[in-house]
Amino acid sequence: MENILQEIGIDNYIYLATLLFCIGIFGVLYRRNAIVMFMSIEIMLNAVNLLLVAFSTYHQDAAGQVFVFFSMAVAAAEVAVGLAILVAVFRNHNGIDIDNLKNLKG
Amino acid sequence: METNLALLLLFAPFAGFLINIFFGKKISRTLSGTLGTIAVAVSFAVTVFFFLQVSSTKVPVMVDLFQWLTLQNFSVNFSFQLDQLSLLWLMFVTGIGTLIHVYSISYMHDDENINKFFAYLNLFIFFMITLVMGSNLLIMFIGWEGVGLCSYLLIGFWYKNQDYNDAAKKAFIMNRIGDLGFLIGIFILGYLFHTVEFTGMKSMIDNKWPINESLLGVAMLCLFIGACGKSAQIPLYTWLPDAMAGPTPVSALIHAATMVTAGIFMITRLNFLFNLTPDVLEIIAIVGAITSLVAASIGLVQNDIKKVLAYSTVSQLGLMFLALGLGAYEVAVFHVITHAFFKACLFLGSGSVIHALHGEQDMRNMGGLRKVMKITFITFLISTLAISGLPPLSGFFSKDEILLTAFHHNKPLWVIGSIASIMTAFYMFRLVYLTFYKDFRGTEEQKHHLHESPSLITFPLVVLAILAFFGGAISFPGMSWLNEYLAPVIAKPAVHEHLGTTEYILMGIAVAGAFLGIGLAYNKYISKGEVPPQDSEITGVAGVLYNKYYVDEIYTAIIVKPIYAIGSFFKNVTEVAISAFIFGLGKVAVLLGNEGKTIQNGSIGFYLLFFVLGVCSIIGYIFLVK
Repeated sequence: MENILQEIGIDNYIYLATLLFCIGIFGVLYRRNAIVMFMSIEIMLNAVNLLLVAFSTYHQDAAGQVFVFFSMAVAAAEVAVGLAILVAVFRNHNGIDIDNLKNLKG
Repeated sequence: METNLALLLLFAPFAGFLINIFFGKKISRTLSGTLGTIAVAVSFAVTVFFFLQVSSTKVPVMVDLFQWLTLQNFSVNFSFQLDQLSLLWLMFVTGIGTLIHVYSISYMHDDENINKFFAYLNLFIFFMITLVMGSNLLIMFIGWEGVGLCSYLLIGFWYKNQDYNDAAKKAFIMNRIGDLGFLIGIFILGYLFHTVEFTGMKSMIDNKWPINESLLGVAMLCLFIGACGKSAQIPLYTWLPDAMAGPTPVSALIHAATMVTAGIFMITRLNFLFNLTPDVLEIIAIVGAITSLVAASIGLVQNDIKKVLAYSTVSQLGLMFLALGLGAYEVAVFHVITHAFFKACLFLGSGSVIHALHGEQDMRNMGGLRKVMKITFITFLISTLAISGLPPLSGFFSKDEILLTAFHHNKPLWVIGSIASIMTAFYMFRLVYLTFYKDFRGTEEQKHHLHESPSLITFPLVVLAILAFFGGAISFPGMSWLNEYLAPVIAKPAVHEHLGTTEYILMGIAVAGAFLGIGLAYNKYISKGEVPPQDSEITGVAGVLYNKYYVDEIYTAIIVKPIYAIGSFFKNVTEVAISAFIFGLGKVAVLLGNEGKTIQNGSIGFYLLFFVLGVCSIIGYIFLVK
């Protein structure tokens, strides 16, 4: 385990995670397709998971990895619900372009 | 037994009040008055019983009911004290009260609210008894406030007239000023003595309890302010003449004989404390003397028969305060009693005249009534002679003792008192001459209806006139029953000089002064047959006097107007500013809301952008700023 971190330093993992997270954010902000936004959110989630695992290794503490398992399981459930909502939106609006979803207007 | 009787004495008038106020409309008008009268007569009977008992045993009756309130080291009992002083007061409060109730049955017979009238009168008697019987200052204060309330209710009894309502309010507010002084005085005394019981305070004084004398002086001054309000002394006297708006029996009972003497009662009750503060006593004497002179001078030119009597009352009360201030408490009490007799008789007599003239009160429209109203005239004349101070009537003895005391203690005050007495003789005989002599000056219709009043009205007049005639017998100079009787309650009796040449000369001067006043009045209104001119023609000194030294106007200018000005300032400026500020805040909120509403446009992307910006700014704040 220590070897991996010796070969590739912890800061590289942090950069990668940050990069992934930013990609996720920009994906959410720029794309209008709900599924793509969904995917971007998943990328952000995984960036965080990656970071958790990296630090878990760095600190020699398995708790972080256990936590990631939980996080992935919850994410899977969330994806299921989210996709179901998207299907419902698609049926009602004939599309999943979020610019057409203005029902939240005050 | 004694407790029950004392409670009967206290609550009989209250029962009369309850019956009259709740069932008065259902019972007949005569019954209403009769019940009210009986209620007070019961009190009078019980008072007589106690009076005879205490004057023979010389042991005061104490009625301790229950402990009213307890603080750390201060407790007040709800208890009553029937000693020589309070019984003396009760004698004439309930006695004259009964007579005036009898009088009112006839006088108020045609009034639609006669039951209310008797209810208030009974309530007044109840509170007056409370005031007099209380064994500590707080009980006295209950009565003190209660009589003020009844006075207010009865002055404004004919409430449809706005002037009468204003007079009632004026009386109430002026009394409130005095009451505040009284209350502060009670607080200070409670602080000093840890008790407000009269007996407790007296025994502490007797045992040389160390006292902060300057604080005691402040307390006594505050109590005197209270007495000023209730007993109509300068500067709080202007309510009493206005209080004549009430029905005449009320003027006789409350504003001449009983309530206005409450201040004198209180000072006499606390004489052992006032003795410790000679400076305050001196103030009392000076205020009393000045009040008597000022009020008497105003009385010289008044044309309303009741106003003359009202100023006369203020003036006589001033003389009583003069006596109090000189430490001659028993002399003041003596004058209170004789004054109660003759002034009640005078007021009731004027009521009889007003009754005969169907509400006419202006003496310029009277005259010649002596032929028609014989009983009223004779009783009125006796009382007038008494108040003028002619021997051997009651007023001579009491007034002469006051002047004697003043002569021995303070010559300038004696001069002031003597001048006031001469004025008294003048304006009282002016009143008699204008009302009862010469020819009738009213309308033909009034002349046609002139009649002597019914016997229910004349009976109290006769009784009071007899009392006014012989009342002086209770305290002849040299052998005074009253002074002996009051000795237990007066800590330091005034020194009674032997009747020597000086005293007889002074008496001669007083009588000569009275004759001077009468002679001046005779010369002016009988020999020359003058009638006071119409209001607009009264000018010069008489104009100033007729307008009461413009005191009301001065009070209006320096107190009422500024208060109104402050009020309108707060209403027109402050209130407007505050409401503008509050409404402004509301408008800003609405404006912001309207603008902010457009941000919520329903675009998820837009929301997300701000969401991200928000998170970024939080993170930026945490990591960069900190």
